[in-house]
Amino acid sequence: MSTTPFVRKPLAGDAAEPAVTPVVSPSETTLIRKPKLGTGRTRKKDIPEGLWTKCPKCSTLIYDKELDENLKVCLKCGHHFPAGARERINSLVETCSFEEMDAGMISVDVLKFTGVASYASKLASYWKTTGLKDAVVTGIGTIGTFRVALGVMDFGFLGGSMGSVVGEKLTRLIEAATNKELPLVIISTSGGARMYEGMFSLMQMAKTSAALAYHAKARLPYISVLTHPTTAGVMASYASLGDLIIAEPGAMIGFAGPRVIKDTTQAELPAGFQTAEFLRDHGLIDDIVPRLELKERLVCFIEFLLHHRGQPSQR
Amino acid sequence: MKHPLEFEKPILELQRKLDELRKHPHAGSLGLTLEDEVSRIERKLAETRREVFSNLTAWQRVQLARHPRRPYTLDYLRDTFTDFQELHGDRLFADDRAMVGGFARLQGQPVMVIGTQKGRDTKENILRNFGSAHPEGYRKALRLMRLADKFGLPIITLIDTAGAYPGVGAEERHIAEAIAVNLREMTLLEVPIIAVVIGEGGSGGALGIGVADRVLILENAYYSVISPEGCAAILWKDRAAAQRAAEALRITATDLLELGLVDEIVPEPLGGAHSDPTTMAETLKVYLLRHLHETEAIEPSERLRLRYEKFRRIGQVAEAPGVLGPAPTA
Repeated sequence: MSTTPFVRKPLAGDAAEPAVTPVVSPSETTLIRKPKLGTGRTRKKDIPEGLWTKCPKCSTLIYDKELDENLKVCLKCGHHFPAGARERINSLVETCSFEEMDAGMISVDVLKFTGVASYASKLASYWKTTGLKDAVVTGIGTIGTFRVALGVMDFGFLGGSMGSVVGEKLTRLIEAATNKELPLVIISTSGGARMYEGMFSLMQMAKTSAALAYHAKARLPYISVLTHPTTAGVMASYASLGDLIIAEPGAMIGFAGPRVIKDTTQAELPAGFQTAEFLRDHGLIDDIVPRLELKERLVCFIEFLLHHRGQPSQR
Repeated sequence: MKHPLEFEKPILELQRKLDELRKHPHAGSLGLTLEDEVSRIERKLAETRREVFSNLTAWQRVQLARHPRRPYTLDYLRDTFTDFQELHGDRLFADDRAMVGGFARLQGQPVMVIGTQKGRDTKENILRNFGSAHPEGYRKALRLMRLADKFGLPIITLIDTAGAYPGVGAEERHIAEAIAVNLREMTLLEVPIIAVVIGEGGSGGALGIGVADRVLILENAYYSVISPEGCAAILWKDRAAAQRAAEALRITATDLLELGLVDEIVPEPLGGAHSDPTTMAETLKVYLLRHLHETEAIEPSERLRLRYEKFRRIGQVAEAPGVLGPAPTA
């Protein structure tokens, strides 16, 4: 249970690469960082493109390979960078155990939506740039010793928005979990329902929630994991319906967007409003779990939740 | 009439002329035959009304759905139903006045009615929070629905909200969870549920009381995943593009029926529900009774299966590039 995620390995860059972290010693980082605007240019010149990433929270430069190995969590301050659906799945399931469902399912421009750009052209460009077919990857895999129905959303595909494909894939996943008597884990990240599919998108909220009703009725566990950001229609449906709801540190989680709330109420928002920590302190989620601990915490939770069924499911 | 919409003006102008002629004290004494003129204007009025209201744009319907004279939930509770016994509170935090509910009778039959409620003037709108419920509203709705389920009363929900309230308190008390739980729990309630969009069907805040065996919509109501203004602001970067967004989102009753997202359209009197609330209330009663009888005739476990299937089949996906088709049912 007690991995210590933030000190897993020393940051190589600290000592060995003065060109990367010029002037500042590690202990002074936080103090000196802000005014050092001028250094950016030099850094850019010295660092090959795409090898290093600067942490937006502590400004440390992190070697991309190390960042990936650390599941996109800053080695220095623990900031959670966005992670893609595939990376998340790889970090959770046992090697070669994931059987993807509905891998070829794609969206249909059912409303023939044309705004500034057409929906069809948006989809085409996201297919090309992300390598994903839509905003969720679903399937059944082994986590620890448990077969688990796993759905993972990806914010990179149209802001993780939920249209017919996200709704349909998750509903099939939930139904499969109910039929095969499997625990369910959904890792969410989403801006909400997908506007381009109009009311079809809104109704996916009802569809997924209805499927969860029967999964719950069968006394099967569902753990909802909220990652940055999870909002609106996804938050107001399956993401809020877990037997357990856990969140990644610092994740922005809410129903309405902060700007909408500010405009509507004409008031300043409280500090830390709609962060995972805010939700925990208001009693809305069970716990905050760092990404590097997620797998073992999931296994631990599932053990408790499946205890009433006797031996761990090997199906 | 107060608050005329732009496209209502020619109708109201003719109406004004007609009223003036009819009231003219010297109509007879001057020896003029005003009767011809009256019937001419009457014909013109009927014609104009038909013309305007048979060619409404999506945006015009949105305006009608938001018309400040449009009948609200409590108006129907007075005119369509009898014996309304209002029940308050979520037993947890507050009584949300943007969501009303309680026992009522529909042609003598006891039912549970729940609906979002707007205010007609500033004072009432503050009380009703402009029809946008907090988490307490959705939790009160669920409490009353469970009560109805326990004692075998069919549930009728009336939807008229721009959306659930986007506020700090709403977030602190987890409005998303309140809506989500309703979606899940309404799936399993054993009594018949009929939902009617009577005005604005604003996104998750509308759906939060909208999972039902039958979903009806009034002719000039709308039901949308996002407000046309919100969509315009995001996609066109300009709230003024709301008219175009209203068309693109396909949110009118006819669109939704065509797309298979609602079960039936309840016709409004020519001129809109607000032009003749009494007729509207009567029409709604007829439709509610029919759907109530139909759904009550179905055996409960079958009704639950059908309710699940109703939402289960919504969605259009393709299985391979270029191949279109409806989602196969599981």
